[in-house]
Amino acid sequence: MKAQAVKFGEKLVPTKEFLAEGHSFCIGCGEALALRLACKALGKDVIIANATGCIEICTSPLPFTSWRVPWIHTLFENTAAVISGVEAGLKTLTKKNKRPVRDIKCVAIAGDGGTSDIGIQALSGAFERNHEFLYICFDNEAYMNTGVQRSSATPYGASTTTAPAGKFSIGQITRKKNMVAIAAAHDIPYVATACPSYRFDLMKKVRKGAEVKGPAYVHILSPCPTGWRYSTELTVKIGQLAVQTGIFPLYEIENGRYRLNADPPKLKPIEEYLKLQGRYRHLTGEQIERIQEMVNEDYAKLKKKVAASPM
Amino acid sequence: MSQRVALEASHAVAEAVRMADVDVISAYPITPQTHIPERLAEMVANGELNAAYIPVESEHSALSTCLGAAAVGARTFTATAGQGLELMHEVVYIASSMRYPVVMAVCNRALSAPLNVWGDHSDAMAVRDTGWIQVFCQNGQEAFDLTLWAFRVGEDPKVLFPVMVHLDGFTLSHVTEPVILPEQSEVDRFLPRFQYPFALDPDKPMTHGAFGPPDIYSETKLAQEVAFRKSKKVILQGWQEFGDIFHRYYHPVEEYKTEDAQTLLLTMGAFTETAKIVIDERRDKGESIGLISLRLWRPFPFEEFRQAVKGAKVLIVFDRCISFGLGGPVFAEIRSALYDEEPRPKVVGIIGGLGGRDMSEEDFDYVINRGREIAEKGSDRILETVNIR
Repeated sequence: MKAQAVKFGEKLVPTKEFLAEGHSFCIGCGEALALRLACKALGKDVIIANATGCIEICTSPLPFTSWRVPWIHTLFENTAAVISGVEAGLKTLTKKNKRPVRDIKCVAIAGDGGTSDIGIQALSGAFERNHEFLYICFDNEAYMNTGVQRSSATPYGASTTTAPAGKFSIGQITRKKNMVAIAAAHDIPYVATACPSYRFDLMKKVRKGAEVKGPAYVHILSPCPTGWRYSTELTVKIGQLAVQTGIFPLYEIENGRYRLNADPPKLKPIEEYLKLQGRYRHLTGEQIERIQEMVNEDYAKLKKKVAASPM
Repeated sequence: MSQRVALEASHAVAEAVRMADVDVISAYPITPQTHIPERLAEMVANGELNAAYIPVESEHSALSTCLGAAAVGARTFTATAGQGLELMHEVVYIASSMRYPVVMAVCNRALSAPLNVWGDHSDAMAVRDTGWIQVFCQNGQEAFDLTLWAFRVGEDPKVLFPVMVHLDGFTLSHVTEPVILPEQSEVDRFLPRFQYPFALDPDKPMTHGAFGPPDIYSETKLAQEVAFRKSKKVILQGWQEFGDIFHRYYHPVEEYKTEDAQTLLLTMGAFTETAKIVIDERRDKGESIGLISLRLWRPFPFEEFRQAVKGAKVLIVFDRCISFGLGGPVFAEIRSALYDEEPRPKVVGIIGGLGGRDMSEEDFDYVINRGREIAEKGSDRILETVNIR
């Protein structure tokens, strides 16, 4: 069984690891899995700028590092600006013959807070200026590194430490900010969603995003056993359910054309996804029904965009 | 041949950046800094300067972009003022703590509220603890010279600290003066190519900006302070080399007619030149008075400063900033720097020139007279000020 798995993996996934062992991610961390796959997809010729957050903290306690590729962390909200400088610096030095011609991918990585809240201004600026870089948002739907505080990416109805469910509150009372649509609104050449439960799809999208001319954005749903409060062995299953229920569809927007990468003939009921997670434990049948309506609505909207896109 | 031309001080800074052959400029417009990035953008647009000009969406991103560019070995420059410097405040610490030798011109501006785009030193004082090498310019020539020198010193492998060049908003930044521009060959002789020893490179993967847990953070900060103090040697060496090539010699503390002076006035920046006129007049009348101007603000030039005030009876410190609940920040630092000296001058502080309020010769006359009076009789006021109603 083991030998077969390795052989199978060898054909599709590079065996080289760019993220070293010994990091301090939680057991069952979906983000660590997604990051490991993304690094494999990116390969050696890359410079990564990392926002403050789980990934940064779990991979870089001085004097140790888990990074086998060049990596820079400065602050929380400026990652898109830092990678802008990396890209402009490399380009200009090459143009002025101060460094050899070489294709180095410039990649910024951040969590959902670092992307859709505090880092959105710098990100929008970098998209608008048309730097050639890939931005990956590892979305675990709250500020997990600081202890599960709500972000604008936290979904409606989820309980977090700063939007807790209680007698007078369902928890998160707002709908998840649609970061993918915001990225797409900048008319950048490539935008996609991914999930580590669909590893080949994730790697393909990261590779595509890194190779496209101009800015690219990949939004990766990263299930978090600690913050979502589910059993650590369920990470892959929960990611699959997010896609199969339609709450997190896998799709790409290439030069404005929408395409669904997984379009099940019938979406599973959202309850199957919600019931595994402690953050939704307080929801009543009626509330779950309301969330189901939201999912149906959003999915239908997306399907319309796909249908309107020329093949 | 070097040439003497009429240049606005802001444009003199831009000329220095051009002659330094900078690689990446990233800036966001804010009054009174705008003439610097405007001129640089123009130079890039018409091919006078081969650089990337990144028109970012905020000052926070302006300096952040410079960090990324410096991390791959590019020579970087930005400029800001007032609120812009405040907005980039946390990034200011990152540049020095991660040892990226960015050069930044600051056209000193007051801080809101109320909104005020005119000059004082509040923005500079708010970043005095950030670990940047900082100098104050008195005129357009210094604006050019110190900008060029900033690259030489900051990028020295023994230094690797960012450098802030302060020039007073409007009273210097917008003033046109004769400036001597050197030959490019002289500049090239003075300023070697930037060879960043820790550039991000896939062939030699390096981690920049790992986090510091309690068992190592203190050591990193102490190491930073030791390295920062040691940069003084290269600061002085840079000025020596500059003088040897361009024939203008700079010092951390400028002493003006201080010989045997019983009273000393201390200023920083462009008002120093106004104050000098007053010193001249009083010297002509036979008064025992002189002026010292702090050119190097950080690292603080303790040795040169103590030497400069030796023998004086009264030292009057003029501040263009209020540190609320404390008084003049420069005054407080100066008094502390002299505490262990014996004998030491009586130090008094007077605040003025806030938010673009002019300082005339008469105002400096008042500063000197009032300063001597306070030194003798003390003060019963909350704050000693000049030309404030």
